[in-house]
Amino acid sequence: MTLLFVLFRLMPGDPLSGLIGAGFQLTPEVRQALMSRFGLDQPLHMQYLLYLRNLLTGYLGWSLYYQVPVLNIIQSRIWNTLILALSSFVFAYSLALVGGIILAQRQGTKIEALGIVLSAVSRGAPMFWTGMIAISIFSFSLNWLPSHGMHTPGYLAKDIVEQYFSLDFLRHLVLPTVVSGFYFLGLPLLVFKDSLLETLGEDYIELARAKGLSERAVFYKHATRNAIMPMLTTGMTLIGLALEGILYVEVVFSWPGMGREIVLAVWNRDYPLIQGMFFLIAVSIMGMNLLSDMIYGMIDPRITYG
Amino acid sequence: MNAIDFLRKDKFSLAGVVILVFFGCLGLAGPLIAPYDPWYVNRDKEGNPLFLTTPDSTHLLGTDNMGRDILSELLHGARTVLIVGFLTAFIVVFIGANFGLLAGYYGGRIDSILMRITDVVYSIPFTPFIIVLVALLRPSILYVVLALSLLMWRAPARVIRSQVLGLSKRPFIKAAKVSGASDLRIVYLHIAPNIMPLVLLYLATNVAWAITAEAGISFLGLGDPGLVSWGRMLHLCYMVGAIRVAWWWLWPPGICIILVTVAIYLISHAFEEIANPRLRKR
Repeated sequence: MTLLFVLFRLMPGDPLSGLIGAGFQLTPEVRQALMSRFGLDQPLHMQYLLYLRNLLTGYLGWSLYYQVPVLNIIQSRIWNTLILALSSFVFAYSLALVGGIILAQRQGTKIEALGIVLSAVSRGAPMFWTGMIAISIFSFSLNWLPSHGMHTPGYLAKDIVEQYFSLDFLRHLVLPTVVSGFYFLGLPLLVFKDSLLETLGEDYIELARAKGLSERAVFYKHATRNAIMPMLTTGMTLIGLALEGILYVEVVFSWPGMGREIVLAVWNRDYPLIQGMFFLIAVSIMGMNLLSDMIYGMIDPRITYG
Repeated sequence: MNAIDFLRKDKFSLAGVVILVFFGCLGLAGPLIAPYDPWYVNRDKEGNPLFLTTPDSTHLLGTDNMGRDILSELLHGARTVLIVGFLTAFIVVFIGANFGLLAGYYGGRIDSILMRITDVVYSIPFTPFIIVLVALLRPSILYVVLALSLLMWRAPARVIRSQVLGLSKRPFIKAAKVSGASDLRIVYLHIAPNIMPLVLLYLATNVAWAITAEAGISFLGLGDPGLVSWGRMLHLCYMVGAIRVAWWWLWPPGICIILVTVAIYLISHAFEEIANPRLRKR
């Protein structure tokens, strides 16, 4: 809770609001009018109180570039990001699960070596570059998949279902998902494989074998279930980091989501939008961290919070 | 067996070290061996600028949309990228390790204060923060390093702190205290060497992260426009729309970034195997 408060203090203290007129050539009178309109000519602590009051009523500011409330922009963008994030995660984690099992079973072979290198490449390759490569190969050279946006230009969806479930949408979803997913699977793959190997060395596995259980039963029933934990916990912390990566994918693919919106806002010097989005993202990440801490505490009874 | 033997035996880390040394040399000597000035607009015999030429004998990696030689840009960029990476990593680990050491050793109120600060920083998302910061300040390499390092120290701080907490309770520390060693001496002479493996691990991963992050920032156009960097090369390539045709512009910077980061990850994976013997080949 202290964190939230400090974050509150941070936001209005930014020089952001003070720079509204900076990008434009404004006459002093117009500047003055703009400033009083946005309440910037009031002393700083008044601005701060105003900001807080606005927040409580759900008003996050007025986008300079779009000329609509910030909240509108966020509302229209956030689902796109969430859909992309969800599909990438599902893609990444299913692959990591399968891959981890395969690699653990083939420890010491060349395949495992390949897997390690692959995982390193997945984490090391910058997502925007992978995205560009994917576009240049799959969109331009092979012409298989569309290269940008969420829909083909000129496409009008009749309703929500059509907007998000049409083939056109899915075709546009494929490349960004694969690119993001590729980046996300590196670490879980490694973690899962390592924890599988570690679990297989535990005593109770030997016990299960001694009991006469088949290798398969030992593997799937005992080892996997316990080895999944570290992968899941790293996964939770990864969700916060995921936004960063998705931002780049959104930019490269012109996918209209929150990440790209922030970048556009920065390019356009749209300070209220930047402020509003940043605030929202920070709050949601804090919320997720709290949530994952609590879940972790519930799952593993050995951990207690004093 | 000690670390050096391990590194020599494990082919991965060997490859990683070789790659890193290679790039290190490039970073040092790059600008000296680059065939052209990376900013120079190369022209052909009639004086026409050589826009987007494919690789040939005069320009081993072709030219970009302004006629600049890509190989030279790559070599010059190596230096920038490596400097940013290592500098950021050092700052991050320095701050983080000290936070962890002091918080873990002293405990009590100092610990609480330091950890509160860490918690605040913990909740700020990376890229949006970095973007916002770099956008507000002038786009210069110093600010980029600053922006990158202001957030990353929180992870090493937490982990090192828990390590130090455990270490501080050990008998040899108590012995040192009893024999009258000053606190500072204990922390830096006795405890610090024991957390060195962890420190090295974080150093490595942070260099990799910083390089990728710098590339990302430059890709978004927020990097230092006066310096060549691999991210900036990709930025221009994307902005000009050249990814359609100019594979010689698109692939090399990315491959370089991948090579460096993969090398670092391989080495750090070896570090992890050193720390956890169960992972070694059975």
